[in-house]
Amino acid sequence: MHIDLSVKHVSKRFESFTAVDDVCFEVEKGKFFSILGPSGCGKTTLLRMIAGFEEPSEGNIFIGAQNMADIPPNRRPVNLIFQHLALFPMMNVAENIGFGLARRNESKAEIKKKVADILERVNLPGFDSKKIYQLSGGQKQRVAIARSLVLDPTVLLLDEPLGALDLKLREQMKIELKKLQEEVGTTFVYITHDQSEALVMSDHVAVMNEGRFEQIDRPQNLYSKPASPFVARFVGNNNRLPGTCMGYADGIAELKLTSGETIAAGTERQITPGAQAELFIRPESIIIEPAEELPELNRIQVMVSSILFDGANSQLLATSPALAEEFLISLPQNRQYEHICAGDRVEIGWDFRAGNCFTVP
Amino acid sequence: MKTLAEAKSKLPLIIFLTPILLWLILLIVLPHLDLLRMSFRIENDYGDMVWSVNNYLEFFREPIYWLTFTRTALYAIIVTFLTLCISLPVAFYITKVAPPKFKGFLSLLLLMPFWVSELVRIYGWMILLRESGVVNHFLLRWGVLRQPVEMLYNDVAMTMGLVYTSMLFMVVPLLSVLDSLDDSLIEAAFDLGSSMITIVWKIIIPHAMPGIASGSIVVFMLSLGNYLTPNLMGGKNSLWFTEQIYNQFIASFNWNQGSAFGFLLLIISSLIIFVGLKLTKQKLSGVIQ
Repeated sequence: MHIDLSVKHVSKRFESFTAVDDVCFEVEKGKFFSILGPSGCGKTTLLRMIAGFEEPSEGNIFIGAQNMADIPPNRRPVNLIFQHLALFPMMNVAENIGFGLARRNESKAEIKKKVADILERVNLPGFDSKKIYQLSGGQKQRVAIARSLVLDPTVLLLDEPLGALDLKLREQMKIELKKLQEEVGTTFVYITHDQSEALVMSDHVAVMNEGRFEQIDRPQNLYSKPASPFVARFVGNNNRLPGTCMGYADGIAELKLTSGETIAAGTERQITPGAQAELFIRPESIIIEPAEELPELNRIQVMVSSILFDGANSQLLATSPALAEEFLISLPQNRQYEHICAGDRVEIGWDFRAGNCFTVP
Repeated sequence: MKTLAEAKSKLPLIIFLTPILLWLILLIVLPHLDLLRMSFRIENDYGDMVWSVNNYLEFFREPIYWLTFTRTALYAIIVTFLTLCISLPVAFYITKVAPPKFKGFLSLLLLMPFWVSELVRIYGWMILLRESGVVNHFLLRWGVLRQPVEMLYNDVAMTMGLVYTSMLFMVVPLLSVLDSLDDSLIEAAFDLGSSMITIVWKIIIPHAMPGIASGSIVVFMLSLGNYLTPNLMGGKNSLWFTEQIYNQFIASFNWNQGSAFGFLLLIISSLIIFVGLKLTKQKLSGVIQ
């Protein structure tokens, strides 16, 4: 297994503020690695350290097998795609893409050939002489990717490049970017605050919060087995249910809610009785009006406070004295639940093992 | 009724425009027209004023005139270029390198010398540079020189004075144009493997071109039309074309010849700017913005 990028105990401090705090990770060759986190969590700083625009306060960054300490950005085998792309407005498409090649003193004929090849690859053949302002958002995106990919970097860094696009185009570019990455086989490190981008495209995702990595895992595991309450809340929607642990056996904790009711809470870890704990339960894990005979189900009577219709993603909001917060419940649009209106009282239920329970620190 | 309403709505505009139009017409347009008329008049052998282009031909006939002019234009170009070379790093430092909280302070420092008149500033330089001046005093005391050296009254001193006088007019347009340069463009170029020199050449200068062109036009025109600095800091050999015009008007009392020179200065300097704009592929409308 060949490691293209290895970040070892890297920290970055700005005066009293710690932007990146002891981060470690490795990215295998040809993988799509995402760093997902809310804005201000330090992900851009981390990326800029890999690109060489910031110096780590502590720790080392290795690209290939080479230590990157004291190597300036123009001599690192990585390329960065900027948030606002940073295409050169004074040059046309071919000059933009050929810019890096020209800096390597490659011959004019060579540059021309490579530019034509890469334009073909990003589906923009014949765009050589177009000016940057003549391009649409998606085309600019592709030119920016082409400009970096043409240099054949060991690692391609992407700083939320889809942020400026509208929703439809973003969906489309997501798929295109993933395909492109598979085709060229370059290692991608992608940072984003959009979980859907991270989940759809990545082989591995690191969830970052306040300068630290909370979890590095495959997207599926991130969603189904979050390692911390932060990941549980940040990746996908989750309902939180706080309580006190009354007992623990075999992956199921007995949770006493503030209202006095007791529910069974599935968990990945041991929870000591008496500890404060919180259960996270996904909107789609909750069954509306469960059949009487279903075993091992937590059942709660709730009042529907409103219905949020959004096509396939429709949800309903429910309240109950038993619930500390309003619950989000997915509402399948298969006509089965058409009779439910705001103000109705319904029973909801979820499997004992459906949620994830964490001890409150 | 409608026309009355229209007239009423235009009234404030007319009132506001009147002083400025009066200023323009009475103090600029009319005197120029009169100078233009005068430049085509000469005194014939009988002492009568007649129409002629002789005043203009005189410029080309007498080498001292066109040589002075060539020298002036050449020096103005050199001054413009030197000003640009000094101002570009200064403007870059203020907009991109200096901490944001110092930007205003640094711009203020640049502006400060311009609170006093050009005459006072030039005298300041003269106090520094003359034979018994401050610089000589210290050089003598530190033993660098045995005898005081006259640093004034030569082309170098004059060029320096002109660069100093016109620097602000180059820095200000450069500040605004560099301010609009996205930092990520510089970083992107760096990331793609350029050295600092290529970044300046390929990214910063092309981006700053409108600012460079407008700054250069202003500096060139100001230097070409400057009278004070060449007169006070330049030596007897540093003849400036404006001094020729002055001589015609004041010393020779030949207003007709003087106005012809004035118009020649206007025409030829406009021509040089036109050629400069064409060479750098800039449009005047784009540069003025």
